[in-house]
Amino acid sequence: MDTRSFTRYADLPALIGLMTGDEKHQAAAVSTLDVLWVLYDRVLDITPGRVDDPDRDRFLLSKGHGPAAYYAVLAAKGFVEVPALRRWGEFDSPLGHHPDRTLIPGVEIGSGSLGHGLGLAVGTALGLRALGRTRPRVVVLVGDAELDEGSNHEAIAAAGRLGTDRLTAVVVDNQSASLGWPGGIAERFAREGWATRTVDGRDHEALFEAFTAAHTGRPMAVVARVPAKNSAAGVRPRWSPAVNGGRTEEPGGRVQ
Amino acid sequence: MREAFAGTVVAALETDPRTVLVLADISADRFTAAAARHPDRVLNVGIREQLMIGVAGGLALTGMRPVVHTYAPFLVERAFEQIKLDLAHQDAGAVLVGIGGSYEAPYVGRTHMAPGDVALLDTVPGWTVHVPGHAAEVPRLLGPALGPDRDDRVYLRLSSRGNAAARPVDDGLVVIRAGSSRSRGVVLGVGPMLDRALAATADLDVTVCYLATVRPFDRAGLHAAVAAAGRPDVLVVEPYLAGTSAHEVAAALTDRRHRQLGLGVQRAAEVRGYGTAEDHDRAHGLDTAGIAAAARAFFLD
Repeated sequence: MDTRSFTRYADLPALIGLMTGDEKHQAAAVSTLDVLWVLYDRVLDITPGRVDDPDRDRFLLSKGHGPAAYYAVLAAKGFVEVPALRRWGEFDSPLGHHPDRTLIPGVEIGSGSLGHGLGLAVGTALGLRALGRTRPRVVVLVGDAELDEGSNHEAIAAAGRLGTDRLTAVVVDNQSASLGWPGGIAERFAREGWATRTVDGRDHEALFEAFTAAHTGRPMAVVARVPAKNSAAGVRPRWSPAVNGGRTEEPGGRVQ
Repeated sequence: MREAFAGTVVAALETDPRTVLVLADISADRFTAAAARHPDRVLNVGIREQLMIGVAGGLALTGMRPVVHTYAPFLVERAFEQIKLDLAHQDAGAVLVGIGGSYEAPYVGRTHMAPGDVALLDTVPGWTVHVPGHAAEVPRLLGPALGPDRDDRVYLRLSSRGNAAARPVDDGLVVIRAGSSRSRGVVLGVGPMLDRALAATADLDVTVCYLATVRPFDRAGLHAAVAAAGRPDVLVVEPYLAGTSAHEVAAALTDRRHRQLGLGVQRAAEVRGYGTAEDHDRAHGLDTAGIAAAARAFFLD
């Protein structure tokens, strides 16, 4: 087949289909697909020919679980050869079930263990600021369950106080955090001084608008709500009113 | 040594735009003026040690040269996964500068001790570990680590105690007192342990060497010192966990039958005491008398 033609959003399912053996993380992979596509297709100023350009935009996949959607988007945009997708997870493949920045040009961080990307992103934003490079933006993708890791909250607080306004955190919220986030995820960022947007994580226009909204002097958190990981099984979030003193869910608590 | 470290970093902040200092409140008062002059390159993230290392990793990914500083237990142990992943796994470099490594202010207790710091860093490849024994050695070790050609991972283990005189630190293992060709072996005094090692073995025919950079370990230097000694017996005196460098000594001497003994902070049990550093020296057998007794038992056996 002519793999060079796999460049469209509609091709992503076929590209993901080339990767097998990661069913455990299938939900995680699919939950990020639209966010990743909008970022790489319309938002990030980065191309395969500029992966070492100091003025490139940086995308950091913190939630390294289920990178199939990430690899598919990287393949569609020419960062990864499409045939390489078939060999993912093999010993000498650059594509593992968690990405490694040293093996894939254009991948900014190696990730997998949760809770590392936001701190690295804050450091990247601070480094660019110290270098006087005010143009590049830094976008880091985390999951709602990943926010359980306390390291994120060190980063959220510091980024807000330090005014890292070239930083955007995208929280893909499929309500997989075991103990939930009473009051909503955006509130955690807003309290620390971030600008926030909560949008439908499948709505490309809404995502684009959130990613390009002005947030002078403060970092931006975009909470991208996608169908709940456990919705099919009928599992209620543990912070639902029944266990949370009757507090109602925040508007972004769930996408029906 | 902390003053020497601060002076070296402040000078680098003035001259090298790559230099950036990351703090978690500890020692921040020493950098107030530098922070006012370079607000984007003196970053106090508050008491957030995981973030401190994560930020350093991100800074390094942009080409900056981060210096990260706090107490050793919070620098190396508290955020060890960040050291493993945000630095090493990203192939990002930083200069970690720790104080209070083993038991320098033991009245504060076990929470502020990190005798396992060097052993822990040994579980991740690629670290250079400096253990200066005198304040004047600090700029000679730290200065090059901040050079324009450096983007590697460095740990600088500062101590509030040390030797009476600075020693050469540029060329690995240095012979301080040579034994005869029929000597009993080689004593290796690491960083602040040198003076005690010298005093403890004054009446023994041994070669006493000094080492301020323990990783990478100067295997060739040790091999040469052992080859020149009467016996291939090596006593290592380290200020952190006993035997931390045993695997390096073994690797240096794989081609010859040898004996070795590592002195350092005991591993068998937690020393549950406060008091002074000298009290803990005695408890671990790291005072001059304790080293002397161990040396005699080892070399005169």
